[in-house]
Amino acid sequence: MSVADLVEGVLSQKRLYLARLISMIEDEDSLALEALSQLYKHTGKGHIIGVTGPPGSGKSSLVTRLTAEFRKRSKTIGIICVDPSSPFTGGALLGDRIRMQEHSLDDEVYVRSMGTRGHLGGLSRATSNAVRAIDAFGKEIIFVETVGTGQSEVEVIDVAHTVIVTDVPGSGDDIQAIKAGIMEIADIFVVNKSDLAGAEKKVTEINAMLDIDPRERAWRPPVLLTNSRKGDGISELVDAILAHLKYLKESGDMQKKGLQRSRDELQELMKYKLTQELSIKLQGKPEYEKAIKLIAKRETDPYTVAEKLIAEFLFSESR
Amino acid sequence: MSSSKKIRVLVAKPGLDGHDRGAKIVARALRDAGMEVIYTGLRQTPEMVVRAALDEGVQCIGLSILSGAHNALFPKIMELLKAEGVKDVLVVGGGIIPEDDIPGLKEAGIGEIFGPGTPLDEIVEYIRNNVKF
Repeated sequence: MSVADLVEGVLSQKRLYLARLISMIEDEDSLALEALSQLYKHTGKGHIIGVTGPPGSGKSSLVTRLTAEFRKRSKTIGIICVDPSSPFTGGALLGDRIRMQEHSLDDEVYVRSMGTRGHLGGLSRATSNAVRAIDAFGKEIIFVETVGTGQSEVEVIDVAHTVIVTDVPGSGDDIQAIKAGIMEIADIFVVNKSDLAGAEKKVTEINAMLDIDPRERAWRPPVLLTNSRKGDGISELVDAILAHLKYLKESGDMQKKGLQRSRDELQELMKYKLTQELSIKLQGKPEYEKAIKLIAKRETDPYTVAEKLIAEFLFSESR
Repeated sequence: MSSSKKIRVLVAKPGLDGHDRGAKIVARALRDAGMEVIYTGLRQTPEMVVRAALDEGVQCIGLSILSGAHNALFPKIMELLKAEGVKDVLVVGGGIIPEDDIPGLKEAGIGEIFGPGTPLDEIVEYIRNNVKF
């Protein structure tokens, strides 16, 4: 498939091409980046909703229920679910799709499972580009479900407009609720499995944490109770998601975030290209290997060598 | 742990049998062999299997069936894959499939059938050696 085929296929909403593009993105195929470059002007329309929280808190079931509710409201949906790759074998059991059976033949819903492939932070390196592909394809709502997260996997905030943090009753106490990290990134808190003991208590603890927040925040994250197995609280959750989107647009936060995101994306890409460029130039150069040996023998130091090599190889004409 | 060229496999249970132990064991083995495995769960129609395979961009589909409906379901799946333009996907099967049925299934496009007792590394090696990127 050529770049032109991919771009045309994605823009004319042919699933096969979207799936192929995402595979190429994951494989770090340079053609994929060319395609994304051409598709970029078609991105920025979808509402990206991150769903994160501890393993077993019901993220997938919640996403399934939310999808059903948004479908009732005639929205088209893309879903990316991330699961951990083995640190030993690199393999992964991608087991989120299995919870989403009811949507398996809905043509307006696209589901893609991804392994983290060694990346930390809750997502995979390819996730944000895969989101872009789905955005360009035209999906109005894009869910990004992270791996089961602990306290510090907060990467989802770089990708999503609205972040939902899930939790279950019975875990932790009020001190847990005020720890930094994941508790800070929520735009909406969801206490799922509301039938379990301690559900109300957990809602109270989270609200108490929000009450003592010294920051003046225009958007106070609502704390909602759901039962994703029975479908309780889902409609209210969708209303909260839509309210958050409205807030983002009206407050100008959407624009601010968009600007910051573009800045971060550009810097990320430039860093990547520079590193690549430098590796290409240094490849096979005897000075490089020699320098490494001298550093190990303490006859020079890495700080000096780094400066010298960059000046010589990056800023000079290619040899 | 490089991120390029991972083998993605869909492990599916078409039809109505509820015996998934074998499918789960194979899924585990493929995961331990470094592949990304998407397990569909039970009671998949051919349409659901093909939709999942297409959306997930898999290089291989493993079909597990113990109900005896393989002669109806496997060719149907091959037909739908073709109709959807899904090319170059290796399809293998396992479960309870009589030897006499194997030639017919291979003619329909199934790569190999792995019956009960097949060593797991045989399945892994076959997939590794026969997937196309």
